[in-house]
Amino acid sequence: MPEQLLFAMEVTLNGLMSGVLYSLVALGFVLIFKASGVFNYAQGVMALFSALTLVGIMEGQVPFGHMINAIFGTEIHHFGWHVPAVAAILLTMVVMVALAWAVNHFIMRHLVNQEPIILFMATIGLAYFMEGFGDLMWGADIKNLNVGLPQGLNSFIDETTFNALGYGFFIDNLDIVASVVAALLVIALVIFAQYTKQGRAMRAVADDHQAALSVGISLNFIWVMVWSVAGFVALVAGIMWGSKSGVQFSLSLIALKALPVLMLGGFTSIPGAIVGGLIIGVGEKLFEFAIGPMIGGATENWFAYVLALLFLVFRPQGLFGDKIIERV
Amino acid sequence: MLYREAGDFKTSYSADSQTFPIRFDRWGYYVVLALAFGVVPFLINDYWASAVLLPFLIYAIAALGLNVLTGYCGQMSLGTGGFMAVGAYACYKLMTSFPDVNILIHVLLAGGVTAIVGVLFGLPSLRIKGFYLAVATLAAQFFLVWLFNKVGWFYNYSASGQISAPTREVFGIAVTGPEASAAAKYLTCLSLAVLMAWIARNMTRGSVGRKWMAIRDMDIAAEIIGVNPLAAKLSAFAVSSFFVGVSGALFFSVYLGAVEVTEAFGIQKSFLVLFMVIIGGLGSIFGSFAGAAFIVLLPVFLKNVLVGGLGWATDLAAHLEIMILGGLIITFLILEPHGLAQLWRLTKEKLRLWPFPH
Repeated sequence: MPEQLLFAMEVTLNGLMSGVLYSLVALGFVLIFKASGVFNYAQGVMALFSALTLVGIMEGQVPFGHMINAIFGTEIHHFGWHVPAVAAILLTMVVMVALAWAVNHFIMRHLVNQEPIILFMATIGLAYFMEGFGDLMWGADIKNLNVGLPQGLNSFIDETTFNALGYGFFIDNLDIVASVVAALLVIALVIFAQYTKQGRAMRAVADDHQAALSVGISLNFIWVMVWSVAGFVALVAGIMWGSKSGVQFSLSLIALKALPVLMLGGFTSIPGAIVGGLIIGVGEKLFEFAIGPMIGGATENWFAYVLALLFLVFRPQGLFGDKIIERV
Repeated sequence: MLYREAGDFKTSYSADSQTFPIRFDRWGYYVVLALAFGVVPFLINDYWASAVLLPFLIYAIAALGLNVLTGYCGQMSLGTGGFMAVGAYACYKLMTSFPDVNILIHVLLAGGVTAIVGVLFGLPSLRIKGFYLAVATLAAQFFLVWLFNKVGWFYNYSASGQISAPTREVFGIAVTGPEASAAAKYLTCLSLAVLMAWIARNMTRGSVGRKWMAIRDMDIAAEIIGVNPLAAKLSAFAVSSFFVGVSGALFFSVYLGAVEVTEAFGIQKSFLVLFMVIIGGLGSIFGSFAGAAFIVLLPVFLKNVLVGGLGWATDLAAHLEIMILGGLIITFLILEPHGLAQLWRLTKEKLRLWPFPH
């Protein structure tokens, strides 16, 4: 096989893998949007916050250590213990549920019946708040997250492809784990939404708030639950991205990358989020590979948005979104 | 007692349709203008100019622009930073290509260039609405910033990739470059801000503005009663981008003097201007100024209190600052979704009756 084609295949595979990570973030958006009509810009910061919390708990960091030191003149940083990864993940999940409750109790409950744009702004405000809160609580330095996921070159794929094609594909183990986790997560979410009582209630709320309320479904409970599930998805995304590139501020920017994914797939569709993520992941990698060198590189910054923009002109509701019906 | 329309009789149409129909308001406006033009330039120093007044005036112009688009025409945009970059780079290219032309003309021309770019990126708004449009404008944001970063022609192939403003004069007084005095910079920005506010105010209450508002309130209904959505939306994009471009040009040439595009005009800038519009009040000229003042003053205030007053480390103060900013935005949206402008309106209603309770 010609070398160029092999390169392109490798790029495509890697694109698929990073597309899976985009999908993970996009999934959190879709969940909240479907259940409460809120476009949650803070999803990316939630991923960052959960990863920060996870690292902080694992390393036994003192929350708000810097601030306490600044106010009282003390010098405390660590409790001096290390929490095993599994326990830390569970504890982080508790924090995320508490966060979901707080968001619902202090923000969303007061904004019922506001225009979507106001709700969107509120989540931008929330994103800023959480960014500052996370930094204040755990410090803003770049942290390494290691929960024991395999990393580095997958030698099996490398060897097999080298023997078969004469060229070894470079695929990161972590990407493979992320894909498997994403697949499991989607299956779990679908089962949850289709076959459990709470899942059905969630879909009822998504369909019609008032009708759901009138058959006795507690909106408050459902919203806290949805935000918790989104928090869980954010935690998974945070672990994956954090293991890959360290826990740092840029983690929250993946939220921006998830937006074109959503536009492609449609805001209301879980399969859409997955397919959209894969298309964007492969598209931007291939574009950078094929066209990038000709026009100066770093096209990954904007390619996804321009692709989504062009796509939307022809199909405004995205690939799998509900058809937009407008009435006067 | 002072603030009331009783006894203020209008005898002509022009008097009846003036911007400030209440005498107290009008005089207040004149006094503010007189102070801003006549007193502040003599008191101003470098700290006040660069920390408070210049950013306030420049952001106010950007907020006016975004308010035209989002507040009056209802088209959500997250591309403000990108359009500011267009203004800045257009101004830079014009300044270096035609050194003899007055800088004010360059700034306005840069606004014009931005308007053209804005219309181009506004075209999808005819098909895409709401959130989808907001995300589509992100394409403008990221693409434009990338373009100015990668194409050497825009920054005249300078080694650092930065653009820096050469010294230019207006009426023989330097307003850009290192020699420019704080007062000269301030007066340049102030004059343009007043001009822009005047244009915006009169456009929004004229037929163009009414068309924008019709589109905002319900685009299909507006189309049925004869508003051309193509013309209305694209004119809103053009006018808005013009304002944003002017503010970007000033931000680069007068305020900072040298910028690096990803740092100065990144996505954070788009959000910052959006916050100004939200906190100030969507669909209000006064709100654009109030929001800009609020967002500019808040960090200065917090920094002075936390770093200067309590002696905290600057990074700690910075974290607390964005936390408070986010918290305030949420608080505002919950308590008063219509922003500072609405609070001002309510205050005025109260003032009319004062000192009587009803």
